[in-house]
Amino acid sequence: MSLDTPIRSCRDTPVLKERGQREVFCGLTGIVWLHRKMQDAFFLVVGSRTCAHLLQAAAGVMIFAEPRFGTAILEERDLAGLADANAELDREVARLLSRRPEIRQLFLVGSCPSEVIKLDLARAAERLNAAHAPHVRVLNYSGSGIETTFTEGEDACLAAMVPGLPSTLDAGLLVVGALPDVVEDQMLGLLTAIGVPNVRCLPARRSADLPAVGPNTRVALVQPFLGATHAALVKRGAQHISAPFPFGAEGTTLWLHAVAAAFGIPRERVEAVIAAPRARAERALASVSETLRGKRIFFFPDSQLEIPLARFLVRECGMVAVEVGTPYLHRELMEPELDLLPEGPVLSEGQDVERQLDRVRAARPNLTVCGLGLANPLEAEGLATKWAIELVFTPVHFYEQAADLAGLFARPLRRRALLAPEVAA
Amino acid sequence: MKLTLWTYEGPPHVGAMRVATAMKGLHYVLHAPQGDTYADLLFTMIERRNHRPPVTYTTFQARDLGADTANLFKDAARDAFQRFAPQAMIVGASCTAELIQDDPGGLAEALALPVPVIPLELPSYSRKENFGADETFFQIVKALARPVERTEAVTCNLLGPTALGFRHRDDVAELTKLLGSMGIAVNVCAPLDATPADIARLGAAHFNVLMYPETAETAARHLEKALNQPFTRVVPIGTHATRDFLAEVAQLSGLPLPPETGLRQPWYAASVDSTYLTGKRVFIFGDGTHAIAAAQIAAKEIGFEVVGLGAYNREQARPVRAAAKTYGLEALITDDYLEVEAEIARLQPELILGTQMERHIAKRLGIPCAVISAPVHVQDFPARYSPQMGFEGANVIFDTWVHPLVMGLEEHLLTMFREDFEFHDAAGPSHHGAKAVAREAEAEVEILEREAPVEAASGEVIWLADAERELKKIPFFVRGKAKRNTEKFAVERGVTAISIDTLYEAKAHYAR
Repeated sequence: MSLDTPIRSCRDTPVLKERGQREVFCGLTGIVWLHRKMQDAFFLVVGSRTCAHLLQAAAGVMIFAEPRFGTAILEERDLAGLADANAELDREVARLLSRRPEIRQLFLVGSCPSEVIKLDLARAAERLNAAHAPHVRVLNYSGSGIETTFTEGEDACLAAMVPGLPSTLDAGLLVVGALPDVVEDQMLGLLTAIGVPNVRCLPARRSADLPAVGPNTRVALVQPFLGATHAALVKRGAQHISAPFPFGAEGTTLWLHAVAAAFGIPRERVEAVIAAPRARAERALASVSETLRGKRIFFFPDSQLEIPLARFLVRECGMVAVEVGTPYLHRELMEPELDLLPEGPVLSEGQDVERQLDRVRAARPNLTVCGLGLANPLEAEGLATKWAIELVFTPVHFYEQAADLAGLFARPLRRRALLAPEVAA
Repeated sequence: MKLTLWTYEGPPHVGAMRVATAMKGLHYVLHAPQGDTYADLLFTMIERRNHRPPVTYTTFQARDLGADTANLFKDAARDAFQRFAPQAMIVGASCTAELIQDDPGGLAEALALPVPVIPLELPSYSRKENFGADETFFQIVKALARPVERTEAVTCNLLGPTALGFRHRDDVAELTKLLGSMGIAVNVCAPLDATPADIARLGAAHFNVLMYPETAETAARHLEKALNQPFTRVVPIGTHATRDFLAEVAQLSGLPLPPETGLRQPWYAASVDSTYLTGKRVFIFGDGTHAIAAAQIAAKEIGFEVVGLGAYNREQARPVRAAAKTYGLEALITDDYLEVEAEIARLQPELILGTQMERHIAKRLGIPCAVISAPVHVQDFPARYSPQMGFEGANVIFDTWVHPLVMGLEEHLLTMFREDFEFHDAAGPSHHGAKAVAREAEAEVEILEREAPVEAASGEVIWLADAERELKKIPFFVRGKAKRNTEKFAVERGVTAISIDTLYEAKAHYAR
């Protein structure tokens, strides 16, 4: 593995832009992992039975564990007059907050139906804020399918929080993107050892720990789907640190170096801190990536993680990318990744699922990354698949998870070889 | 507005998807925003289908709102027709598209496709999934079924099985076999595995078997009126219901009853190991059809006491209320799982028969449970043959319901040896996965040392220490009932402190 950019990268590769049927989740799905990260927040979707059904399908067994989200289902009489809908919403919120006194942040989450009937949730949030302050802060954002795709729900949520963050003139680092606690702790450990000052996270685990932001705040993203949050932070004067995303040993190393450089910390100091975990990650990767070497991979669009993951799999695991689809390609944030990804794959943005299925059938890759609606049908056609949503829920960032991340892609291939050795070859 | 976490049913367009996915040669064009494709994974993951549901979504986004969405719909319908070449199409709107008021039926008609295009009106803000399935199937039948000549031999149609139906696959196989044993062939089974061409020849059958009223009653009534086909009223779930069903079929067909091959449930229920099942208190909740059938099996074929009966689908409220009355109960008709949970907590049944949701309520309350109705999760779309209908269904049901209860011999052992370290309360039955932990001596000591009354009961009643000690000797699976009965007994008699005598007087009072 090398940290050099390839001779010819994907930086100037033309992007295939498609419109048509999209086989993707809407932004509401983000609630399922966001609510676990923000321990005193409640996410109230204002939507239809379909929205509630989607959350039920996406949350699986979690729905039985008193999670902190729910849907205020619009009924026929709510559609009749808007004044009525606002009164209904106020009543449901008051009921909810009296039943769950531990809630300190309430997100009113817009859906397709609430947006089409132009229910003004921003004003509702203001009104409810006045009614329930200071105990509860009420915010709003859109997780609707007409506005957001899957992980963009997290982006919309965090962007909605930015204007309300306290101001500061102190220099410090703000790390943006919800990570599993275990990964966040590893990251904080590394950053502290390197000597990065004042490291805070957005989202914070509790609303009392909201990070402050100002002109001396430097912002590093750990997730690629945070375009709107990035813009909102820049608007508050924060400075963006451009870096590849911390997937794999290489991605993590480059990310840490970029952060350290922004604070004028010498490279040697970073190298001293990361030497051991980086070697550990590379060693673990070497054995897992055996299965992946030389295998051809095809990404359907899902989470915007596709390009960074393709970069990791190609450069650190020896895979060959055939097509890398992403629901949305944010040029500025993705440039460091595109610089590293060697030329070759088709880059596609958006989706016309039938045409993309034609392409995957023609290409017959060794592994296809796609959603759960496509995975079994493609398996039945003889294509090995890796379902994408797991990549959002599982700890995959930074050194200690690098081999686990490769393992998620290796497992379907190993399984195929176990069950049908003659087909898998 | 109603705050919801769990929904027993999806929106009506998911019901339409269940019909479309069940059929072959039919395509559904659904006007819906980006994201509604989530419903695909119910079919590909929970039911583990090896193909995508035959549904094309228009997936409109914010930038498409305005005049463009109508064109999007037309393009999607045209492309779907060209790509999939279906025999017929259904078109409709999801909840959001219902609000933007494009008219899928009119737009599709303007395309003048060379196949029947059936528009669906599914009111998303007042109706739900089962309605969507029933209405969709009715519209398809109404549009395609025409009078045709009856078959020479006696045949029937099976109406109601869909995709994502609880045990529909094996119920169809079981009924086909059962009817075959009477010499009756199945003309068409629909919607499951039927094509639009099959729907057109529904009229060739002599009568209809309405398997699931939830998804096909409207179609069955239509066929009765339009094609003069009578339909069966009895749903053959349980031994008694299967016999009643066969009698009904014999009457409709003029054919003699078949032999009862392979039926083991009545003997199993009669065998002495089942004696301990007598009077066990059971709470039943699900869709109307399965709940009503389960209550009859519970009361008349296994000998349980039905202490609660309810359903989440209002369409079946009337028959469920009538059935509940025969057990001296008030039916619980609700789609709010919190109400169901409260009712279960109040009744303290010894067994819960319900849906996936009741399984979790049961787990929380520590009550044995078996699943009898959708909504269900992936484990209830099993690989093995597991019908609910017919005689094999009766066998399957007996095993499924009895398994979560402690088997007779094991219950006997737990009672006999409850003072032994291996069989103490907290050890639990062997098949629940809990590891047996040796009894802790201190707990005993602590109770023995306490002299003063300790536990304040729900009312003003308290338990004296010796009575509380005695209560602990009662096996854990009936202790809750004993405690409740004793307290009720005490309150009714104005007793404020429960002694050992009160406990046994109450036991004598409630003895059956």
